Amino acid sequence: MKLTGAQALIKALEMENVEVMFGLPGGCILPAYDPLLDSSIRHILVRHEQGAGHMAEGYAHVTGRPGVAMVTSGPAATNMVTPLCDAFMDSIPMVCITGQVPTTAIGTDAFQECDTVGITRSVTKHNELVMSAQDLPMVIRQAFYLASTGRPGPVLVDVPKDVLTNTMDWYWPTDAEVVDSLPGYRPVTKGHPKMIKEAAKLLLSCERPVLYVGGGILKARAAEALRELAELTQIPVVTTLMARGAFPDSHPLNLGMPGMHGTAAAITAMQKSDLLIALGARFDDRITGKVSTFAPEAKIIHVDIDPAEQGKVRRPDVPIVGDCRLVIEELIKVIKDLLGAGEVQADVGPWRSRVSGWREQFPLAYEPSEPGEALKPQFCLEKLRDLAPKGTILVSGVGQHQMWSSQYWQFEEPYTWVNSGGLGTMGFSIPAAIGAKVGHPEKTVWAIDGDGCFQMTAQELVTASVERIPIKVAILNNSYLGMVRQWQEMFYEERYSEVYLSPEVPDFVKWAEAMGCVGIRVDSPEEVEPAIEKANSINDRSVVVDFRVDAREKVFPMVPAGFSNDDLLLPPSQNETRRFLG
Amino acid sequence: MSELQHHILSVLVENRPGVLARVASLFARRGFNIFSLAVAPAEEDTMSRITIVVDVERTPLEQIVKQLFKLVEVIKISELDPRQAVERELILATVRAGAADRGHVVELIQILEGKIVAVGSDAITVSLEGHPDKLDDFEDLIRPYGILELQRTGRIALPKLDRDVRTSAVKGNIG
Repeated sequence: MKLTGAQALIKALEMENVEVMFGLPGGCILPAYDPLLDSSIRHILVRHEQGAGHMAEGYAHVTGRPGVAMVTSGPAATNMVTPLCDAFMDSIPMVCITGQVPTTAIGTDAFQECDTVGITRSVTKHNELVMSAQDLPMVIRQAFYLASTGRPGPVLVDVPKDVLTNTMDWYWPTDAEVVDSLPGYRPVTKGHPKMIKEAAKLLLSCERPVLYVGGGILKARAAEALRELAELTQIPVVTTLMARGAFPDSHPLNLGMPGMHGTAAAITAMQKSDLLIALGARFDDRITGKVSTFAPEAKIIHVDIDPAEQGKVRRPDVPIVGDCRLVIEELIKVIKDLLGAGEVQADVGPWRSRVSGWREQFPLAYEPSEPGEALKPQFCLEKLRDLAPKGTILVSGVGQHQMWSSQYWQFEEPYTWVNSGGLGTMGFSIPAAIGAKVGHPEKTVWAIDGDGCFQMTAQELVTASVERIPIKVAILNNSYLGMVRQWQEMFYEERYSEVYLSPEVPDFVKWAEAMGCVGIRVDSPEEVEPAIEKANSINDRSVVVDFRVDAREKVFPMVPAGFSNDDLLLPPSQNETRRFLG
Repeated sequence: MSELQHHILSVLVENRPGVLARVASLFARRGFNIFSLAVAPAEEDTMSRITIVVDVERTPLEQIVKQLFKLVEVIKISELDPRQAVERELILATVRAGAADRGHVVELIQILEGKIVAVGSDAITVSLEGHPDKLDDFEDLIRPYGILELQRTGRIALPKLDRDVRTSAVKGNIG
């Protein structure tokens, strides 16, 4: 069967069971948009290419399937760099198709030409410039295979215009052919039995263990296995920013989030622990604080599918390269065998009471506002949480509102939390929430945004309106770049430099209405519940709630950058009891 | 700061466009200079072998090697211990050799087993192959006469044929 490259590209995407793609056409990718008219694939037309990328990420976050974005060459490709880098840092499976100038024009500074594979090389798991239409089916198959196996990540396929218009003989490579075509790509998924046995023995022998759970647990679909392991061994769990939802917040073993703005219990448990069982976590600087003082007495079992994470920050005592789910399942088996054979687990009872004590004595805390005082952002989040329909997906931007979201939400199920962790991309939430809603149309999706973030990508609410993808947006609007303001207040002697936005413009309610959404403004605590209830009741269009919140509010606890986790700053109300954190 | 040291990496890669750029950029993003680099097709023409000499501390090198291995087109990486490897390099140099010096220069080239590949009225182009240390010596000895142009190929290296290394090479071929 003879097809044009464009037809082959779209057919290949269909063969990969792509149901939706996010994109925006332009000169070089034009040929691919023609067969799209006859395709089963739903295309969502964005207002800015960055939006397409983050939508693909949001979709991938909640479905586990690669998100697909398609844009043209040059400026469209450069607009895609941020989402690609974001997906790369957070190991999000994504396939991005970019148009390119015709092969004969490459390198001539042709109109809308840029070196896309060069520019995106360091922000993708892999990228490929396709030089012949005949190669397209194989390259697309490779892209999906690479994006979704091993440590997931973004793959970019750059397709020159003449490759799209040339003809080719259609074929569809088998799984084996795809694997054979990538001789240098052999991800290890099954953990080494000897290492797993060693890990099991170490785990049973330690008295102060902590399960340090990262985003890899979610990528490996390992939430159930994790729960079984935690309950079998009664080891407390901390879930990183990327792993919120991987273990229920209501579970008595859950200590919450560790790291720079983690709970006192999670941070301190790691610090005092004698064994960290790191599962799909990468010892990020936001977790460890000053590395040389991080968990000084802890031995490390490190399970990660990426061998390059082993020993990158902290040398593990037991490294296990493999898929988290497979490794945990094996580990559970070995532990059960050992226990069956008479081995006895060290008593973790005293440790559990100690960490529970920290959790009870040092809850998240803020000063509620007195009548007539400004609204507290944490209060808004508590109300949003309490009134959210079951299974609500929470998506956040980056900054204070992100940390409060992660802290104050109650995550009970995996894949209900979407945020930009590694790259910290402001403006992530609106497009990512749209992508998440496309992935799960039956679920309520709340985007929590800051007023700074919102102004970076709000135009995608037009996309949401036109494409009928109703999301809900809560802007925690303090008229500041809040997190930067917090750092300037705490570490730059309150010298506020270029962080004040504006309390007057934009008018977020009018802006929301102009984009086809319902806009609601909330100034006082008593307006909060009715506004949220109204937002939750509207399901035929998007809603933007502009919460005018107290700009002086800061995120606590906090481990200042470069400081030891031992020096975490508690909310002011808990300073007097600090001595109990030992 | 611990001492920087020459490390020789032998990287077997797919012989495809862009692979060298991927490999090189892993060093560039960390601010590490590549001391020498040699690339050419290997035993199978679908593969190339890249020999990289870098001055890096041990810890970052380990991380780079792991990152290199993550590149989809990288098949195999070995760090070669100079004591367990054969190393070769080729130098081409055009040396000033006027009537007064010509005899000395030619004599030096003969002693070091170089070959004269071109002769001009007041210069000689010489090629010399051997261990990189030998090439360094040659450069030092010839420099006083005046080196007009010089090009070295960069080091190439293969493991010495002892039993252990042969085994690992076979594993590499399997994948």
